[in-house]
Amino acid sequence: MSYRNDPYDPKQAVLLAPESLESAVAEAEKAFAEATDLDALAALKPAHLGDRSPVSLARREIGSLPPAAKSDAGKRVNVARQAVQAAFDARTAALEADRAARVLVEERVDVTLPWTRRPRGARHPLTTLMEHMGDVFVGMGYDIVDGPQLELEWANFDALNIGPDNPVRGSSDTFFVDLPGLVMRTHTSPGQVRTMLDRQPPIYIVSPGRAYRTDELDATHSPVFHQIEGLVIDEGITMAHLRGTLDYFAKAMFGPDAKTRWRPHYFPFTEPSAEFDVWFAQHRDGPRWVEWGGCGMVNPRVLTACGIDPAKYSGFAFGMGVERTLMFRNGVSDMRDMVEGDVRFTTNFGMES
Amino acid sequence: MKTSLSWLREYVELPAGITASELDAALTNLGMEVEGIVDQAATVSGDLVVGRVLTIEELTGFKKPIRFTTVDVGRDTPQEIVCGARNFAEGDLVVVILPGGELPGGFKIGARKTYGRNSHGMICSAAELGLSGDHSGIIVLPADSAAPGVDARPVVGLDEVLIEVEITPDRGYEMSVRGIARELATYFDVRFTDPAEIDAPGATAGVPHPVEIEDTVGCDRFAARVVRGVDPDAPSPEWMQRRLVAAGIRTISLPVDITNYLMLELGQPMHVFDLNRLQGGLVVRRARPGEKLTTLDGVARSLDAEDMVICDETGPISLAAVMGGETSEWQQGTVDVLLEAAHWDPVMVGRTARRHKLFSEAAKRWERGVDPQLPLAALERAVQMLTSHAGGTVDERILDINHVVPPAVVRLPATLPSKIIGLDFSAERVAELLTKVGCDVTGADELEVVPPSWRPDLLAPIDLVEEVARLGGYNEIPSVLPPAGSSNGLTAAQRQRRSIGRALAENGYVEVLSYPFVAPGTADALGLAADDPRRSAVRLTNPLSEEEPLLRTSLLAPLLGTLKRNLSRGRRDVALFETGTVFLPYLTATAPPVLGVDRRPTVDEWTAANAIVPEQPWHLAVVLTGDVDPAGWWGDGRAASWADAIEAARVTVAAAGLPASRVSVRAAEYAPWHPGRCAEILVDGTVVGHAGELHPSVIAAFDLPKRTSAAELNLNLLPAAPVIDATRISTFPAALIDVALVLDRTVPAADVQAALAEGAGELLESVSLFDVYESEQLGAGKRSLAYKLTFRAPDRTLTSEETVAARDAAVAVTASRFGAVLRGA
Repeated sequence: MSYRNDPYDPKQAVLLAPESLESAVAEAEKAFAEATDLDALAALKPAHLGDRSPVSLARREIGSLPPAAKSDAGKRVNVARQAVQAAFDARTAALEADRAARVLVEERVDVTLPWTRRPRGARHPLTTLMEHMGDVFVGMGYDIVDGPQLELEWANFDALNIGPDNPVRGSSDTFFVDLPGLVMRTHTSPGQVRTMLDRQPPIYIVSPGRAYRTDELDATHSPVFHQIEGLVIDEGITMAHLRGTLDYFAKAMFGPDAKTRWRPHYFPFTEPSAEFDVWFAQHRDGPRWVEWGGCGMVNPRVLTACGIDPAKYSGFAFGMGVERTLMFRNGVSDMRDMVEGDVRFTTNFGMES
Repeated sequence: MKTSLSWLREYVELPAGITASELDAALTNLGMEVEGIVDQAATVSGDLVVGRVLTIEELTGFKKPIRFTTVDVGRDTPQEIVCGARNFAEGDLVVVILPGGELPGGFKIGARKTYGRNSHGMICSAAELGLSGDHSGIIVLPADSAAPGVDARPVVGLDEVLIEVEITPDRGYEMSVRGIARELATYFDVRFTDPAEIDAPGATAGVPHPVEIEDTVGCDRFAARVVRGVDPDAPSPEWMQRRLVAAGIRTISLPVDITNYLMLELGQPMHVFDLNRLQGGLVVRRARPGEKLTTLDGVARSLDAEDMVICDETGPISLAAVMGGETSEWQQGTVDVLLEAAHWDPVMVGRTARRHKLFSEAAKRWERGVDPQLPLAALERAVQMLTSHAGGTVDERILDINHVVPPAVVRLPATLPSKIIGLDFSAERVAELLTKVGCDVTGADELEVVPPSWRPDLLAPIDLVEEVARLGGYNEIPSVLPPAGSSNGLTAAQRQRRSIGRALAENGYVEVLSYPFVAPGTADALGLAADDPRRSAVRLTNPLSEEEPLLRTSLLAPLLGTLKRNLSRGRRDVALFETGTVFLPYLTATAPPVLGVDRRPTVDEWTAANAIVPEQPWHLAVVLTGDVDPAGWWGDGRAASWADAIEAARVTVAAAGLPASRVSVRAAEYAPWHPGRCAEILVDGTVVGHAGELHPSVIAAFDLPKRTSAAELNLNLLPAAPVIDATRISTFPAALIDVALVLDRTVPAADVQAALAEGAGELLESVSLFDVYESEQLGAGKRSLAYKLTFRAPDRTLTSEETVAARDAAVAVTASRFGAVLRGA
């Protein structure tokens, strides 16, 4: 750096001239503006901001000035240098922004590509529907109970006032096994019998689960099917409470338009008994009444067999088929689809039904 | 129960213009299930008129004889009609449908040219009108039965509204016109005439035929009358035949048709004996075991000691209440008849009908309950009808052996209906409604109710409450929510099953719900050892398929069947899961104690009863085959393997809320898994299930793809999810050190990891295996396991000396326990 050894020569103070500084700034701005990328810009930096750049050399000339002129000259050099630096910074920022934008463009991908590297499975709609139904009742203060599917005949029949001569106890309706006194439960009601033997009222329970009847599998029957049954035993329980409960449940399942309609019927375990229809506004063939289940006031004989005093307590019970509900609610037209386990049927439902 | 509106109208003054839907609603709200209401008149539309055949011209030259007729249909000019039938003559009255009409089945009638002539309408057969299956010719009406041009529907009986209802088993009285008419009268509040309320003479001192009842429990009433010298060829009147056919009952002969007609009308089944074929007096008794009787259907039956029979001196001649016998029944040519109207024990009849699989119309009524006060009225009606249509002389003597117990008084607190129904019924209203169904009601606060003889189902106060609710209208009952219960929410096990289901579904498994029925060969196919407890299965005694009579003891066999079904439908990559119960019988099952229903079982009784109920734990199983990670634009797929099955088991246990620290996995040999690729899953040291690749011979036996893998866990063995203690999160930096250990390849990685964790002490935050490596340099039977150890202190930055010391301590335990050597050291 030979300039350090240059002899002092006041005539060289020409670089400090205002016009010289202005032109240095203008040249720098022009050069920077012409730089098309950050590398080119970096290459221009020594020429305009380096030690041999005009503004740096001009600063050196300050020493040769008379003391009175130094301050003013110093200010001018600083202004010029800051202007060059600002031009450089501005251009750097602009080019960096350009580069960032270009990277984003270059990194663009096809977001519609599938990513089924770990395919999702699915839950069976009967399971999720039973959970949904159960949850409505838990919200109403019910517990969910279950019992054995291979059940004592007494709990499945006798305790429910289904006497030994009732035809449903024949082998054309009920599965019997090679163990005496046991049957495949024909409904989930024996679970309710067990509950009544286990605890005293108030009892608010639903029992969703599997039941068995000797029906051949076809489009509308299955020897293995699912029910959800409810039982309430408390003081002062009436048919009006049963109706209120079923109406509430129907609305929870099928929306505010849902309601129930009753028809007198006969069940051994309830009296009075009814079958009920639900008004199903979303039916694929238009709003209509759909047969849904059976219900009634628990027969005092059932309470007696389960050790509950019918003079003090009354109760109601109801039940509906889960398959049947899924069929009209979700438009399943063939029972076999629910039974065969074809993954295409189940996968269609995903995690809910 | 099938009947017709006109029949009902004979006894109930129904509104004149009642529509099918009004009738449907009434019957439904009364508790009858309406199977169908068919207005026959509407099945034929347009002009269906009576016509008189004026001329017949035989057309020849066609494949079959054809007639060109002119028919007077009451218009100015005769109607020209071409007809293929030949069973009529000029002057006969026939039934004609004119152009524009439509027959059942959508068969439209027009004017058309056929066989070279113009035909304006059609002369109808009974089959074409949907009246019967009679295609043998056109209907020829009795001479002068109607004038040409009048509506033919009433003339041929095509003006009926047919009603078919299903009767619930508690309401036998509704199995009759009498019962349904009574109900409708109550519903519409109109007049009812009881067809049984006639002046029927009672028993006389002398009897028309000797009868002895040995068992008055099985038969508490037996009445009989005799008519001699009836015209054996007298036909049943047309209207009677029509009503019987409409009710689905075959017409046989006048006497038999009369008894069937009265059964439909009154609900009292009756029997007609040929008096001259009876050998001596009748005895009504239980059958002797093995006694033989050939019933009317031609079946020779071996009788049971519970069956009731009517016998003469030759032995049983009738299976009482169910079906008559061949030797005594009315037959062609019978002139002297004995008409029997009895009352039988419903339980006996039900058992006999089921035992002999004879569900006759009579048996259906007896089983539901028949009014025991009907026999004399029914006999009187029968005698009148028989003599008015077939003449004969009525024997004035009447037999009536009557042991009927009158209905007991039911004491009904007047407030009980309101309390149960939740709608106010005053005592007066309760009494009014019960009176409508035929009860005698007295009293005020406590009503004394005597049910009518036709209501054997009204025994207890609640039975009367049901009648009040039913007649008061079920749909009048308000909708009120009961006070809320106090739920404990889902149980721990219920929460676990839900979490497990969701976790497995999110991990790619699809839930199925298989039938729990398996074939006897399943245990062999699964390779279960001779002493494997899973071989002991409950057997259905009446399976739907003899091929699958056993209840599953493992979820796998049914699940593998479902897997195969999916494969057979073209899927290659299948991962399934199922949660369900299995059935594990106790080997020493005995019959449970007899439990009554008049009180709850004692604790001892209930315990003893439940001791025979097989354990039915909830299991979880997965099966998978094909690619578990599919190939795609991202690259290759990955085949499902033993490792995925074991991971599914780990996912299951984790989803059940059990921390990994309580779960361990170790090698096991357990059917149906590959002995070298089977893990047992332990929670707190207890084996809860197995997972891995299926045994090659099992895969062969089930014809599954190679390497099919599976897991099965007993969810009942999973403890409830614990309350988890929170981890203190240290904010100081971690120190990471990798160690590669060379060991015998038989040393389980899980044990090595446990040893490292044990040796590393409290500073160890985590340890993970990141490489498994075997090579010749390591030596035969050796492998390298590379772990990443992460150390961290809760209160300071660890020094490298501390970290290395902890690492060395970890390695030292593996060295001393397994002879591990630090690789590269």
